[in-house]
Amino acid sequence: MHLILFFLFAGFCLAGAINLLLQTHPINSALSLIVVMTSLAVLYLLLGAEFLAIAQIIVYSGAVMVLFTFVVMLLNAGREERTLGSRAASRIGFPAVVALFAILATILLHVQGLGAAHLGEGLSNAPGQSNLELLSQVLFHELLLPFEVTSVLILIAILGAVALAHVEGSKIPESERVAQK
Amino acid sequence: MSFLQHDVPLSWYLLLSAILFSLGVVGFLVKRNLITVFMSIELMLNAVNLSFVTFAYQWHEVRGQIFVFFVMMVAAAEAAVGLAIIIAVFRARSTLAVDRIDLMKL
Repeated sequence: MHLILFFLFAGFCLAGAINLLLQTHPINSALSLIVVMTSLAVLYLLLGAEFLAIAQIIVYSGAVMVLFTFVVMLLNAGREERTLGSRAASRIGFPAVVALFAILATILLHVQGLGAAHLGEGLSNAPGQSNLELLSQVLFHELLLPFEVTSVLILIAILGAVALAHVEGSKIPESERVAQK
Repeated sequence: MSFLQHDVPLSWYLLLSAILFSLGVVGFLVKRNLITVFMSIELMLNAVNLSFVTFAYQWHEVRGQIFVFFVMMVAAAEAAVGLAIIIAVFRARSTLAVDRIDLMKL
């Protein structure tokens, strides 16, 4: 069962990632990235990371990708154009990327003592303790301060985003502004 | 049905993560649209997250999963700020092609 699910969703992942590269329209790339992220959530579930699987769907496939598609629609981004720069990048880039992949694969495949994954095995050695329990214990006891600091980080990011995207002296006429309310 | 009982070697997950990361690098180099380049970066972040989760599973170490959680947090903040920058760039240059945004080029 695990093998079938792995092949199915790894296939979805790879198909989505390759489709992201082949599509010329940004909205198609964004939609294939959603496929990649949702299949990754299923793979997390297979590896016993239930919390991360749900967080992946909510944060990535939900919030982040909605932001992406929203910006694509807002800017009315059209078909991308092929230029001289992309040809040079692909001529040098592709061999470099193949070399990078070879190095990564060699290093990762030489990791000693890797086992096999099977369904239903938790991270905890204690019986009856779920992964979620273990994770929340570490996250809300030992790492409480970094957890709170990330909320401040998100707040700063929101303020920064608003400050960056805000127009000095909004161009919307007064009559339309009333109509929007 | 012994096929159904098979386990998946964790090295396959790592290999998938390496492939996804390389595809992200290809996208970063080849794509000419600012938004798609940004999506390739997200793809690379996701690939690294997958290897974190795999190693967390292998060594029964919950800190790997917590690291992924923090990566997700930072990626969400990064996406918000990055897309705001893209909107600001589009407003100033009215283009999303990375070749036309070359003000800092020598």
